[in-house]
Amino acid sequence: MRTKDLVTTAISNTFRSKLRTTLTVLAIFVGAFTLTLTNAVGAGVSQYVDAQVGALGSPDVFIITQASDATAAGDGPVEYDASSSASVSSNQGPPGTTTKALTDTDLATIGDTAGIESVDPIRSVQPDYIEYDSGIPYEFSINATSAVTTADLTAGAQLDGGASEAQLVLPDTFVTPLGFASADDAVGASVSIGITDILGETHVVDATVVGVSLESLLAAGAGANDALIAELADAQSGGIDTAVTSYGVAVAHFDTALSADAVTALKADLATAGYTASTIEDQLGAVQTVINGIVGVLNAFAVIALIAAAFGIINTLLMSVQERTREIGLMKAMGMSGGKVYTLFSLEAIVIGFLGSAIGAGVAIALGSALSAVLSQGLLAGLPGLNILVFEPASVAFVIGLVMLIAFLSGTLPAQRAAKQNPIESLRYE
Amino acid sequence: MDSEWVIDAQGLEKSYGSGASRFDALKGVSVQIAPGETVAIVGKSGSGKSTLMHLLALLDEPDRGTLQVAGNDAKSLSKRAVNELRNKEFGFVFQQFFLTPNVSVLDNVILPLKIAGTGGKERRRRGMEVLEQLELADKAGNKATTLSGGQKQRVVIGRALVNAPRVIFADEPTGNLDTATGAVVEDILFDLNRSQGITLVIVTHDEELAARCDRQIYIRDGLVVSRTASTHTGAHALSTADALTAGGAA
Ligand SMILES: Nc1ncnc2c1ncn2[C@@H]1O[C@H](COP(=O)(O)OP(=O)(O)OP(=O)(O)O)[C@@H](O)[C@H]1O
Ligand SMILES: [Mg+2]
Repeated sequence: MRTKDLVTTAISNTFRSKLRTTLTVLAIFVGAFTLTLTNAVGAGVSQYVDAQVGALGSPDVFIITQASDATAAGDGPVEYDASSSASVSSNQGPPGTTTKALTDTDLATIGDTAGIESVDPIRSVQPDYIEYDSGIPYEFSINATSAVTTADLTAGAQLDGGASEAQLVLPDTFVTPLGFASADDAVGASVSIGITDILGETHVVDATVVGVSLESLLAAGAGANDALIAELADAQSGGIDTAVTSYGVAVAHFDTALSADAVTALKADLATAGYTASTIEDQLGAVQTVINGIVGVLNAFAVIALIAAAFGIINTLLMSVQERTREIGLMKAMGMSGGKVYTLFSLEAIVIGFLGSAIGAGVAIALGSALSAVLSQGLLAGLPGLNILVFEPASVAFVIGLVMLIAFLSGTLPAQRAAKQNPIESLRYE
Repeated sequence: MDSEWVIDAQGLEKSYGSGASRFDALKGVSVQIAPGETVAIVGKSGSGKSTLMHLLALLDEPDRGTLQVAGNDAKSLSKRAVNELRNKEFGFVFQQFFLTPNVSVLDNVILPLKIAGTGGKERRRRGMEVLEQLELADKAGNKATTLSGGQKQRVVIGRALVNAPRVIFADEPTGNLDTATGAVVEDILFDLNRSQGITLVIVTHDEELAARCDRQIYIRDGLVVSRTASTHTGAHALSTADALTAGGAA
């Protein structure tokens, strides 16, 4: 029998028992549908995170903290040491996490490490409001690490770290309320930022909007360059030298020419010195790991559904082999080899698998795309740029391929039965 | 085709089951069939006719005895060669129709060609040719289940014929048919033998059909017997049967 004939025969045999095929296909459909959707969620979220990482990632920056002093339960209280025990709350790790503070000595040590070009403490400033052209003031916050990150811009340019002019990257949600006609209109405008000092007095600092960014999941607030942060910090301290010599976090620039291995070595060097250095990518990688974990669990459920469906295929084909005992006997009597009979039934399994998975993936794409569009307007409108479901052709093809493989494996047992049938016994079969 | 083409079976034995339920269906049967011959295998129900035909057609293997097909020892043939032989040189009409339901008459007829790997166009041409020959061309597109018994049997003959075999094995080809339709089917088979020289091996318990064959082999309880020992028929059948089975009996 020619391959083409085997395939067409397998396809037409599949449709001979329509109800049975339909039910089996439905079972596979459920698994393939779920798997396609969970993969799409994974892809959608990672694409979003990637975009965020891309937007945030300054490849030559470490975020440095003291190595965590989190004490393992059971170790008992740690003795106080005046020189090292000052803790500051930082936004590294879960809320409420405190890390040991970095002192000026620490900064010097870090700065002296071979490979580190510069190190700056991150100073957080808490502005009260922002207003434009004496309009309505709006509550406002600044992302402390924005000076070292790259924003996901919709208009204008990135912050210039070296500029002496106070620069601001405005979240796009502020554009209309502040009275700008468009994002482009906002670029170049001078806005006023109000900040209260430690004595309760309000100061106003002017800054120039150099860009407008999409609001980000990972870096909330506006972006400010070093000049603006310094100006705000000065205003916040009310002219009093608060002698802040401990910082939660420092940002270190390293040589961009370093290879990935050299960066790892540098991290290790800093670790031996007692500091935890991580690139922005490392930090977001942790987020991605969590998401991948969730997607993995969802995928596992989908695969369980597929395994259940596999038993459906086995059952269907066994019934089919039973029903067609005489037909198989006849074909073998007429000189069809056992191998070809095996192929024929395996192909039937694959056809069933293909039908279920192609329909499942198709419906998942159709429904998912619609759902994704609705969600990005509604529930997920707060995360611009997030497409919760992204259907990548490669992963859809992988799902279909995987299901066809499962179907093929399920078909082995029935196909073997068919192939082994003795033509005479089969023809005697009542 | 060389004159060597014969089926030459010596001392075939076949038993089913084992132990207490063991049943010896054939107890040493020798049969020789010459090319272009029509041979009837006659006997009562359960005598072992179908079993013998299956062995001769290489559908089953004997427990003991030798079988030569076209000068080749059946045992020495590879599985593949046996399949090829059954596909290309043999045509089968089984005791039941064994038509695939829900598949068209034409598709049923061309099944051996499909198995042989013949191209789609050629298959169609051959299939239609055979159906025309059997006056079934107008039914080519019908589902096999919609045909009458006689029509079905003609389709079955068409299927046996489509690969232009050298031997057609027919197991009770008229068993399911009324006398008139049965006669039509018989005519078709003997006509094929005359016009195309196809060797016919017909299993039957119908004495009249047996009498139309060149030679009769009588089987009783797994052994070849002379005509007189099985049943009695006309003088014509008697003389041929005695003359030709004498050497074959163990
Ligand atoms: N697979 C089998 N297992 C056990 N016994 C079998 C098997 N096949 C055939 N037999 C026995 O072998 C004997 C011969 O069977 P066979 O089919 O050759 O008879 P037959 O002459 O063709 O009869 P009929 O005219 O009824 O078709 C019977 O008694 C049958 O019961
Ligand atoms: Mg029989």
